[in-house]
Amino acid sequence: NKSISQYTSETKMSPSSLYSQQVLCSSIPLSKNVHSFFSAFCTEENIEQSISYLDQELTTFGFPSLYEEPKSKEAKKELNIVAVLNCMNELLVLQRKNLLAQENVETQNLKLGSDMDHLQSCYAKLKEQLETSRREIIGLQERDRQLQCKNRNLHQLLKNEKDEVQKLQNIIASRATQYNHDMKRKEREYNKLKERLHQLVMNKKDKKIAMDVLNYVGRADGKRGSWRTGKTEARNEDEMYKILLNDYEYRQKQILLENAELKKVLQQMKKEMISLLSPQKKKPRERADESTGTVISDAEEDAGELGRESVWDLSCETVREQLTNSIRKQWRILKSHVEKLDNQVSKVHLEGFNDEDVISRQDHEQETEKLELEIQQCKEMIKTQQQLLQQQLATACDDDTTSLFRDCYLLEEKERLKEEWSLFKEQKKNFERERRSFTEAAIRLGLERKAFEEERASWLKQQFLNMTAFDHQNSENVKLFSAFSGSSDQDNLTMHSRPRQKKPPSVSNGSPICTSKGTKSLPASPTLDSCQTRPCVSEHNSVSVLNITPEETKPNQVGRECSSQTWSVASRPGSQEGCYSRCSLTYTNSHVEKDDLP
Amino acid sequence: MNFSEVFKLSGLLCKFSPDGKYLASCVQYRVVVRDVRTLQILQLYTCLDQVQHMEWSADSLFILCAMYKRGLVQVWSLEQPEWHCKIDEGSAGLVASCWSPDGRHILNTTEFHLRITVWSLCTKSVSYIKYPKACQQGITFTRDGRYLALAERRDCKDYVSIFVCSDWQLLRHFDTDTQDLAGMEWAPNGCVLAVWDTCLEYKMLFYSLDGRLLAAYSAYEWSLGIKSVAWSPSSQFLAVGSYDGKVRLLNHVTWKMTTEFGHPAAISNPKTVVYKEVEKSPPLGLGPLSFPPFRAGTCPLTATSPESKYEVASVPISLQTLKPATDRANPRMGIGMLAFSPDSYFLATRNDNVPNAVWVWDIQKLSLFVVLEQLSPVRSFQWDPQQPRLAICTGASKVYLWSPAGCMSVQVPGEGDFPVLSLCWHSSGDSLALLGKDHFCLCFLETSEGVREALGQRASQT
Repeated sequence: NKSISQYTSETKMSPSSLYSQQVLCSSIPLSKNVHSFFSAFCTEENIEQSISYLDQELTTFGFPSLYEEPKSKEAKKELNIVAVLNCMNELLVLQRKNLLAQENVETQNLKLGSDMDHLQSCYAKLKEQLETSRREIIGLQERDRQLQCKNRNLHQLLKNEKDEVQKLQNIIASRATQYNHDMKRKEREYNKLKERLHQLVMNKKDKKIAMDVLNYVGRADGKRGSWRTGKTEARNEDEMYKILLNDYEYRQKQILLENAELKKVLQQMKKEMISLLSPQKKKPRERADESTGTVISDAEEDAGELGRESVWDLSCETVREQLTNSIRKQWRILKSHVEKLDNQVSKVHLEGFNDEDVISRQDHEQETEKLELEIQQCKEMIKTQQQLLQQQLATACDDDTTSLFRDCYLLEEKERLKEEWSLFKEQKKNFERERRSFTEAAIRLGLERKAFEEERASWLKQQFLNMTAFDHQNSENVKLFSAFSGSSDQDNLTMHSRPRQKKPPSVSNGSPICTSKGTKSLPASPTLDSCQTRPCVSEHNSVSVLNITPEETKPNQVGRECSSQTWSVASRPGSQEGCYSRCSLTYTNSHVEKDDLP
Repeated sequence: MNFSEVFKLSGLLCKFSPDGKYLASCVQYRVVVRDVRTLQILQLYTCLDQVQHMEWSADSLFILCAMYKRGLVQVWSLEQPEWHCKIDEGSAGLVASCWSPDGRHILNTTEFHLRITVWSLCTKSVSYIKYPKACQQGITFTRDGRYLALAERRDCKDYVSIFVCSDWQLLRHFDTDTQDLAGMEWAPNGCVLAVWDTCLEYKMLFYSLDGRLLAAYSAYEWSLGIKSVAWSPSSQFLAVGSYDGKVRLLNHVTWKMTTEFGHPAAISNPKTVVYKEVEKSPPLGLGPLSFPPFRAGTCPLTATSPESKYEVASVPISLQTLKPATDRANPRMGIGMLAFSPDSYFLATRNDNVPNAVWVWDIQKLSLFVVLEQLSPVRSFQWDPQQPRLAICTGASKVYLWSPAGCMSVQVPGEGDFPVLSLCWHSSGDSLALLGKDHFCLCFLETSEGVREALGQRASQT
């Protein structure tokens, strides 16, 4: 009954809440409960009552009545089975729906629960964070306070120090004044003493103070000394002012020169600016009347004016304003132009690199590769050279000091040999070139000879034919003959001239060889005399002959200045290392001083 | 590079004549004059006592020898060996003696700087200048020899007197705004006189020839000030080295500072080349700089001291510094030496608390060009009068040469050590006199005909 009352009480609520209530109350053991409930609800005795009750309930819920429509008022109400079954079915459907809804709600509930948990944990976390940050803030505030405190202290200290410095400066100043004062006092005393000493020493006719000279010598300028008079004084004044004036004039001249140079530079710059800006002028003019165009034309007019009047020679003041204005204008134009270009460049950059750029990069890479290869080769060369040197040294090391000298000679010899070798190589190359040209010339000559032969054969044939031809054609033959002879002459001429034309290259090829042969003898003659400068000089001649660039020869020249001694050169990085040669020492004489002194 | 034999010397008194023909050297009380080319003795003069100062007259005709202890000056003529002149300052004493630029007058400063006596070799006239100031550089002649500027001290004030050298007439006399004038120097063009104050105060004053104050410059206060001063040969710059280890270049237009060269012990600019002198150690293999390899046992000439060479140090480098004793007077700090090259393109300096280094500055670029770090403290350096080439000596038996092309260290040959304490260039720049305590020798840089002649003659003598 209790449950009924419960049900009844809850019927007043909305159906949805009823479902939820049901879900809450009995989720799983529903069928059992229902069974037991029914068993308890309806018994044999109270069927009528339960039916009527159920009917009542159902009608209140909006179901059709369980009873049939009474035919009369007195007639007993009949139970309508169809209605009952319909009702039951409908109830079951409802039940199923409820169960479904219940499930949905359950899952939703679970979801919400988990959401809730999540939110709660989030909340806790945030709270924690808040707490820590609050703590941090407090810490920072504390530190800030401390720092401020420190700062204040430091400020105080600084102020104290400043005061101290001021005080010390004052002390120094006072000490300095005191010191100066004392110094002055002492100096006065000292001056007095000096004065006294002066009187004592100088005024007493000191016989000792004298100059003992054999005879007076003439003045350096040959003139005689002159008396000091007012005139000389005036002359001295004059001379002094003359010197000063000269100096000022010199300086002014220098300044004028500098000014002229600067003006020239300015003028040139101006010209260049105008020339740079004038082609651009057309564009802005085409585009409506932009201000730049007119400005340029103004500038040009100005320039024309300036050029015409040759104002450059005038003093600055008259031109200055004009000049600065025009320059300023042009500068502005240039600046805007450059800015425009910059913009364009940035645009181009945005668009991507040009093909040309890529190509140049490729070139660049190729170049670097080439250079690297070259470096590698050079390194190898150096290595081999070093090895050779080492070998040579190793062989030379065994001997005593004489070997030292010898190995320096060997080194020189080696260097010379190297040079000769390079010369030889060059010669070889030249020879090869020459040979090639010769063979070519020979081939050409052969061809020409062949052609000539053919020509001659044909000519002979013609002549032969002419000689045996008819008489009446003689007059024409003469003409022909002359024509032929002329042509043959020409041929001959060409024959002669062709080899002549061909010769020059061979001659020019030959000439360097000649000279190189001539020079070759120079370094090849070893001058082994004791004078140490000779080999060096000859070496340098050979170096200059080999057309080594001046930068390379420079350190050598420096080295030459100091060839005899054992020295070391640390030349500037980048320049060639100084030439290393260790020559016989000139210091061969005895170290005993040969002075005539006792 | 060739070396002459070693000659005796005393008191580092060895000087080339201004015309470059002769070389005078002192040995105790003797003065030896040699021909520069042949090194043969041309004249030998005997003085009355040990010579303490020797000076050539500007025309190379006379030699002045001062014996300060005796208060004596003796003058010798090169043309007439029998000619003699003796000046006795008597009880007044003598502390300094010098030629006037005309070579006919001698300026003697008496003891206590009581006066300067101007003795004439032409006439009997004697002039006196009173109140000369005792200071670092109180007498200076213009380069053309026309004027003499003399520092004076009267009534505790500094004055400068400008005399006309031709007749010793006073041209200008003016007081200077200095506490205690320490030195002065004419600009090479002879129109500007630079005057500086004592080291207690940084003060540089510029006076025109007519005594007008052109400008005054002071870089800082309180701490020790100017230590050394040098005009550039073009008169365009005045380099002022001070105790704060900086060189300030003042220009001749505004007389203000153009630039400031600090001398930090750490060099970090990669554009600067640092040459470091290192002792040559026995065979290093075939490094690019150590050729030919030095073998100690096989070279008898250099057995006494180890050879050295220069190496280019990689640039972030710190130089050896000396901590100056601040409780002593004249502390070893600041720029003590500075000199312009004859073409004014370079400036060489030495910072006294980095004593082993010579700094070479490029005046065109106004930047540090090269630093040379020696193994021992630099004693002196001097520019070749003809080209930018710097000779350095450190008291070791080596001479060091630097030029923009590179630098080298040359061992002075000879038995035993020959510590080079000082050096002086011949005016042609072809030779260099290396002065030691008791000896000197000449170093020939160009093998000219004259040298070969000298060598030949000496060979025939011996």
